[in-house]
Amino acid sequence: MKKSWIVIAIFVVLIVYLIARAIGFYNVMVTQGESVDKQWSDVESSYQRRADLIPNLVATVKGYASHERETLEGVINARAKATQTTINAGELTPESMANFQQAQDGLSSALSRLMVVVERYPDLKANQNFLELQSQLEGAENRINVARMKFNEAARQYNTYIKLFPKNMLANLFGFDAKPYFEAQQGAETAPKVEF
Amino acid sequence: MPTRLTNIVLSILIVFISVSLAQADIPPRPTPPRLVNDLADILTDQQENTLERKLVNFNDTTSNQIAIVIVKTLDGYDPNMFAYEIGEKWQVGQKEFNNGVVVLVKPKYGNDRGRVAIQAGYGLEPVITDALSKRIIEQEMIPEFRNNDYYRGIDKATDVLMALAAGEISADGYGKSSDATPLAALLPFLIFIIIFILIRVSNAKSRNIGGNLPFWTALWLGSSMGRSSGSWSNFSGGSSSGFGSGGGSFGGFGGGSFGGGGASGSW
Repeated sequence: MKKSWIVIAIFVVLIVYLIARAIGFYNVMVTQGESVDKQWSDVESSYQRRADLIPNLVATVKGYASHERETLEGVINARAKATQTTINAGELTPESMANFQQAQDGLSSALSRLMVVVERYPDLKANQNFLELQSQLEGAENRINVARMKFNEAARQYNTYIKLFPKNMLANLFGFDAKPYFEAQQGAETAPKVEF
Repeated sequence: MPTRLTNIVLSILIVFISVSLAQADIPPRPTPPRLVNDLADILTDQQENTLERKLVNFNDTTSNQIAIVIVKTLDGYDPNMFAYEIGEKWQVGQKEFNNGVVVLVKPKYGNDRGRVAIQAGYGLEPVITDALSKRIIEQEMIPEFRNNDYYRGIDKATDVLMALAAGEISADGYGKSSDATPLAALLPFLIFIIIFILIRVSNAKSRNIGGNLPFWTALWLGSSMGRSSGSWSNFSGGSSSGFGSGGGSFGGFGGGSFGGGGASGSW
């Protein structure tokens, strides 16, 4: 009689301990997931910052190089596509990430084409307004780089946490999925160089 | 099984090596901490000290930290990213304001172009904008650098940066969120509680309930007498020495973070 009580007591203690650990793991997963989502919103806002510069940039370039219609339209279209492709922080999947990256890389390459065209217009290159936009664009690209780096770091921490045994079982149970990374694609390395 | 183990060991090694490689290019945080770090040795000692004093003084009065880093090579890095990495790694700026600035200069050596970058922490981005950073580089720094007057270019740039930064985060803002003050304010209160407990304990021992009143009176008398003689003022003395490190030496970087805002230039 007494022995069985001890066994039950040990079981109860063990279960309480396991539940406490599970709650601890769960809370860390939620916190780290939140921080990944926060970094993601930084990524999106840094891309948005770049997109916001473009109407002004296009208008300025148009004033000097109006017959570069094709290049300018390419930038406008790519911008429209990039601003349409957004991901809610909770819905980060490899597919949505790939779509997002593709749209943004499209804008990056359209911008770099524009910057090549600009080379042919010395008056434009000397324009104060254009110089200012150029430095803002440079800053926007830097912010994008930094936001992507910080996002990848947060995602890596989170992914490592949820993938390790025995936390992976808990992560499966509660539906914590691994977050996708930003991959350094061609577009990322050849981010438009706006420095001549 | 052994192959699996070696695989694990190998992958760990690779991670370590790649981490140390990535970090090797960025100069380590200086010890003792300094705001002017001339690793390429282009400034004279006197110029360095003058700049250092100016920036330490600015740090002491406004809490904004402007770090000057002069390196021989960027190792193929983009100057903006190099400056950003320094800012993040050294944690320039205060943690609660992210008000650090990194001014990075790579001198011109022969055909190797000179490069310069300004990176502002999150907190200073509204005032030290990308366009302004660019203008500081183009108008204050590069013309002087072309004449090989690195000191003058850096000196002029820091003057502008200081004027910009001082408008955003001033000493008042720093004092408000200083955490030294609440502790100092709590100290007399804590002592009071301790005395109270001591009284309770001693009362319990002597079981003398009626003796409470005279003791409290004595305590009150004692404290008010002490106040007039000045011995109690020691308790609040700690709060004022919260930030200013006084003697002119730099107290250290504060934990600021950077978002990539800034500009770069070359000549």
